[in-house]
Amino acid sequence: MKIVIIDYGAGNIQSIKFAIQRLGYQAVLSSDVEEIVAADKVIFPGVGEASSAMNKLRESKLDGLIPQLKQPVLGICLGMQLMCNHSQEGDTKGLGIFDVEVSQFPNSVKVPQIGWNQISQLKSDLFSEVREDEHVYMVHSFYAAVCEATIAQSNYGLDYSAALQKDNFYGTQFHPEKSSVVGERILKNFLVNIN
Amino acid sequence: MLTKRIIPCLDIKNGRTVKGVNFVDLRDAGDPVELAEIYAKTGADELVFLDISATEEGRRTMADLVLRVAEKVNIPFTVGGGISSVADVDILLQNGADKVSINSSAVKNPQLINDLVAKFGSQCIVVAIDAKEVDGEWIVHLVGGKVPTELNLFDWAKEVEARGAGEILFTSMNHDGTKNGFANEALAKLSTELNIPIIASGGAGTIAHFTDAFTKGKADAALAASVFHFKEIAIKELKEELHSKDIPVRL
Repeated sequence: MKIVIIDYGAGNIQSIKFAIQRLGYQAVLSSDVEEIVAADKVIFPGVGEASSAMNKLRESKLDGLIPQLKQPVLGICLGMQLMCNHSQEGDTKGLGIFDVEVSQFPNSVKVPQIGWNQISQLKSDLFSEVREDEHVYMVHSFYAAVCEATIAQSNYGLDYSAALQKDNFYGTQFHPEKSSVVGERILKNFLVNIN
Repeated sequence: MLTKRIIPCLDIKNGRTVKGVNFVDLRDAGDPVELAEIYAKTGADELVFLDISATEEGRRTMADLVLRVAEKVNIPFTVGGGISSVADVDILLQNGADKVSINSSAVKNPQLINDLVAKFGSQCIVVAIDAKEVDGEWIVHLVGGKVPTELNLFDWAKEVEARGAGEILFTSMNHDGTKNGFANEALAKLSTELNIPIIASGGAGTIAHFTDAFTKGKADAALAASVFHFKEIAIKELKEELHSKDIPVRL
């Protein structure tokens, strides 16, 4: 299996690469269009601020490519947010894969949300053998609302999308690569069960 | 529901854990990676590695250690100690650290917080504050509590938040090492007046101290070293006790 982690200069890609290694697979970091298109599985990471990450994606000329991909694609954290229509952070136009707006958490909760939160109403093979209300690691100030593409929910002052799916595109707000055995199961599901 | 975090802290000198670790199931008590793996397996929510190397070579060793930790450990970790520039942070994050913690360098050059936040985002910038209560006023100290500054803890904490830090790690010098409990009053004031997560540090001795840090101190996370390293408190037992007191934890 050929696994490519999209390398566009915005993300803790080392951790994802190592997490995949711990599962017994090898992933390559790449920003090369041909290499990405030829992959069996594509991971789209992201950490930091939305508008600067989107700029880096444009500079790498990958903003047009990602929505065209046909194989399973997994966006993680900011990667997932950039796959949405628009983010309030830096007034950023996203890739428009998930038809949902990304907004900032209200002041009634501490921002950023940092730590382990529960996921529920799990609705995809991505969560095969994952129990309802398991804990995963989240670090974010912005959230995607609950929408038609929602396949897992969390609550932090309000209900929001912990994971999204449309066609071959998947996204998790949490970091599976940092979410202990639960996260490893979810990553493995993406690599093995999703085709 | 978002849970309260339990964070073991490992002091690292030249790539090895120091300050003594007494873990019977460790092959090598000085190897931080092995210790980190055990903590990750036994329920720690996060880890902090504090680099106390005084030499350039020690710092380079730390960057290599971060890579080895990232390779083996499946929970988030923060690296602190001696970080003073954007370049320092860049290498640690590239090697797989999830967050970095800055302390003295932020006091000396507060603009560093803004620069780091602009480049890497709030979520990975922790500002550590060591403070001591002197005549009823909490004063920020540097160099492990040895050097007083002119800064008031609460004023400095608010400035740190305004400059974009994602989290504050507050160590009370009055409580650190005493095993008499955390500085709950100051913690509660920080947690109420600020809108970013607060990590409590300094004073853990018993399970009840952790309960108090979360209830009275309103902390979002609690950090400790020796009570975990010497197995005086097992993380699993600690979290079960917190759970029985209706404090949300990941079991």
